[in-house]
Amino acid sequence: MEQNIPIEYVKGDFRGLPSTLCQGCGHNSISSQIISACFELGIQPEKVIKFSGIGCSSKSPTYFLSRSFGFNGLHGRMPSLALGTLFADTSLKGIGISGDGDTASIGMGQFKHLVRRNMPMVYIVENNGVYGLTKGQFSATAEKGLMLKKQGSNPYLPVDIAMEALVSNATFVARSFAGDPKQVKELIKAALSHNGIAVIDIISPCVTFNNQEGSLHSYNWGKDREAPLHEISFIPPRDEIMVEDFEEGSVREVTMHDGSLVILKKLENDYDPTDRWQALRILEDAQRNNWMTTGLLYIKPDIPSLVDMYDLPEQPLNRMKPNQLRPEERVLNEVNAMMF
Amino acid sequence: MSSTQKEAGKDIVNDFCITFATVNGSGSQTANITILRALFKMGIPISGKNKFPSNIQGLPTWYSIRVSKDGYLGRLEEDDILICMNPASFEKDLAFINPGGVLFYPDDFKHPINRDDIITYPMPVKALAKEADVSPALRDYIANMVYVGMLAKMLGIDMTAILEALDFQFKGKQKAIDSNYIVAKSAYEWAAANLEKKDRYVVKRMKPLDGYIMTDGNTAGALGSIFGGVQFVAWYPITPASTLPEALIEYLPQFRKDPETGKNTYAVVQAEDELASIGMVIGAGFGGLRAMTATSGPGLSLMTEYAGLAYYAEVPSVIWDVQRVGPSTGLPTRTAQSDMMMAYTLGHGDTQHILLIPGSVTECFEFGWKSFDLAERLQTLVFVMTDLDFGMNQWMTKNFEYPDQPLDRGKILWEADLERLDGVWGRYVDVDGDAIPYRTLPGNLDPRSAYMARGTGHDNHAQYSEDPEVWEANMDRLIRKYNIARSLVPGPIIEQEGSVKWALITYGSSDPAVQEARAKLKADGKKFNYLRLRAVPFCDDVKNFIASHDTVYVVENNRDGQMNQILQMAYPQFAGKLVSIAHNDGLPLSAKWIMRTIMAQEAK
Repeated sequence: MEQNIPIEYVKGDFRGLPSTLCQGCGHNSISSQIISACFELGIQPEKVIKFSGIGCSSKSPTYFLSRSFGFNGLHGRMPSLALGTLFADTSLKGIGISGDGDTASIGMGQFKHLVRRNMPMVYIVENNGVYGLTKGQFSATAEKGLMLKKQGSNPYLPVDIAMEALVSNATFVARSFAGDPKQVKELIKAALSHNGIAVIDIISPCVTFNNQEGSLHSYNWGKDREAPLHEISFIPPRDEIMVEDFEEGSVREVTMHDGSLVILKKLENDYDPTDRWQALRILEDAQRNNWMTTGLLYIKPDIPSLVDMYDLPEQPLNRMKPNQLRPEERVLNEVNAMMF
Repeated sequence: MSSTQKEAGKDIVNDFCITFATVNGSGSQTANITILRALFKMGIPISGKNKFPSNIQGLPTWYSIRVSKDGYLGRLEEDDILICMNPASFEKDLAFINPGGVLFYPDDFKHPINRDDIITYPMPVKALAKEADVSPALRDYIANMVYVGMLAKMLGIDMTAILEALDFQFKGKQKAIDSNYIVAKSAYEWAAANLEKKDRYVVKRMKPLDGYIMTDGNTAGALGSIFGGVQFVAWYPITPASTLPEALIEYLPQFRKDPETGKNTYAVVQAEDELASIGMVIGAGFGGLRAMTATSGPGLSLMTEYAGLAYYAEVPSVIWDVQRVGPSTGLPTRTAQSDMMMAYTLGHGDTQHILLIPGSVTECFEFGWKSFDLAERLQTLVFVMTDLDFGMNQWMTKNFEYPDQPLDRGKILWEADLERLDGVWGRYVDVDGDAIPYRTLPGNLDPRSAYMARGTGHDNHAQYSEDPEVWEANMDRLIRKYNIARSLVPGPIIEQEGSVKWALITYGSSDPAVQEARAKLKADGKKFNYLRLRAVPFCDDVKNFIASHDTVYVVENNRDGQMNQILQMAYPQFAGKLVSIAHNDGLPLSAKWIMRTIMAQEAK
């Protein structure tokens, strides 16, 4: 079904309906970067499929890629929905959009099981530390001591979604900040090329309920404190790579499953994103010091994905003809003979 | 058990109940099923029921074989022959033997036998098992073969039939067949040399049961699904449903490789729980796959929210509910028909689902494939409501029949269809006036094909909508669609005695006991017309049947008379005619209880 004839797209081919989220919501900025990433990669919109659960974040798939199928499912149960749907046609690229309420509370189980199965899809968490649609309650990623109107002070320790992904054997884990659109876009491009689960935990401020001074999920906090591990650029397989553009020793390259390259330009310290131990340590440091460490935390490009384990034909299962699905009558005679 | 056969002195031929009382995990199942199969091979109608604890090893377990020349497959309440291998349940088990009945027991049992109205045969189990040429670890298992041989001799079961049964059980593995058979044979010979037959129970060969096979409902359901083209299975282990997906895992690789590429035309995923298994199935159904799961009551409870979403978003999928006793964890290894009401309305808000209710094991096969056609034709969930009694017990049942209709994939638009329509379509537009819309599937490359499925309010083009009129129009269409389903689901099986004013309605695994009760009531001069429901919603045949009788007894295996209530809701005008005959103690209904309860009602 794959069409190899290059199609010229305009950016409008990737847009969705106008957003009904609040003005300035971080989620809108992420939707824009999804549109840009898909446009710049020249992905056929019909080859993408969107999934979401319930919450502000989960409304956003309506606001990008109108030409892609989608399914807005149940709270915390987008992972199972996505897994089942993607078996219908494994050539489709799945993008799941979730939030901290959707992923880190009711959805924790399904999230971690999707991760441990290495389901090939992009899993974006639009993480703002607060329940928006229900008007400003603490979420499971809210920091201890966070003060919210009506709620008072948060008594519980937060869940770190990137760390949860890592300890569940995720093969691609990134953290980003909605106020850093370029990084968000490059990470999405890399995630779309990953043959496995690609988790991107994006701090995405809620301008209505959790953007106050000192909140770890606010724009100001991110702008002041975001500490990128590297400068990330994604180079698709068809583009000529000009490594000489980079100063020797200043970059790390990761070759993706489809031949594309992720170029990580060194910043203050060298960081090896293929070392899970180092990723866990950097997250531990970030947690202790309230750092907003962003970038590609961990990647392992060559692990078989869930789909790879199923020995499926190239023809999508949902295009199979009746004669491929119903055994012949003589087979039933054999079955009857097999019974006692 | 008609009175003529129980006359003193005469042999009781092919009409009695044998119960094996053993310890769970002692390997008695092989021995019990060997006898069941041997009797079947002799042409004698049989049914086997396993009454087992929720336990892996150590608790008492019972296996009952009903031998019925008349072909009655329902449960009997008392035992005629008891093989007692479990000292722990010995005393209690003795009480269930009918007067004139028989007890087989290991000769090293120290318990006093406080019955003088039964015949007893001691069995040298330890001595005979010791002679067997097997490792000590296997000796306990082999010991069960002692009662196989003893019973064969005392009842007249052919040893050739025993050998055939063992050959099937061990899939032709000669060493296993031999080591078991030798023990059975030596027990047979010991009994011939040492025991004098004092009881009256015998089996005699009947004409072969051609056209019948022996299997269980979960295997039949799995095979039916395979012939229905199942493509995606997600499941989570739960008794008594697990053996259905396990049968799929066993048989799919044999029957469902793509003939051209040799690749799999299916995928099976063991989910982390039922919340996830239903999510995966609904996803696959939306994606255009024939998707299914199998579960039991607790799992079905967890599937509630996605079931409601599938109803509203109109996603086809099949859910098997192999019912067990609830509420709560309840009796996980016992049978019931007590999820009917829950399945019928599973989900919050106004929901009504389609239920298919197989009334035999071979119908489990038939509804296995049929359920997919209905789900895809109607773009909704189809629940196949079976239970532990069908699902996990071995039944003699009619041969599986090849589907008599081609696969019905329902209304699907691919690229060429959209081209033909000039791209004019809407996911929930009722184009044909049958309340069933058209759908496109992910992977369709036409830029006009995509839509966003959602559980939230949506208009005809699947766009989010909170408009009151849009909401209500959609819900009205859904109930119209449900009414269309009445003419598509399997209709009831009706058996008329003529212009009788009394009737019986039942469904599912209660059918054998109700049929037996009906035959015996008829022999006593009380005739009943009969209707077996095979689906909810009901078609006009059901309505007309109730209308034409004065009193209709609805017999079912639950406390609250759930199907009776569903019938009363469907036909409030007949509510006064419908009388609930309902009961659940975890065991299949018996004809005896049904007759007693109906006669008590009639006497009122």
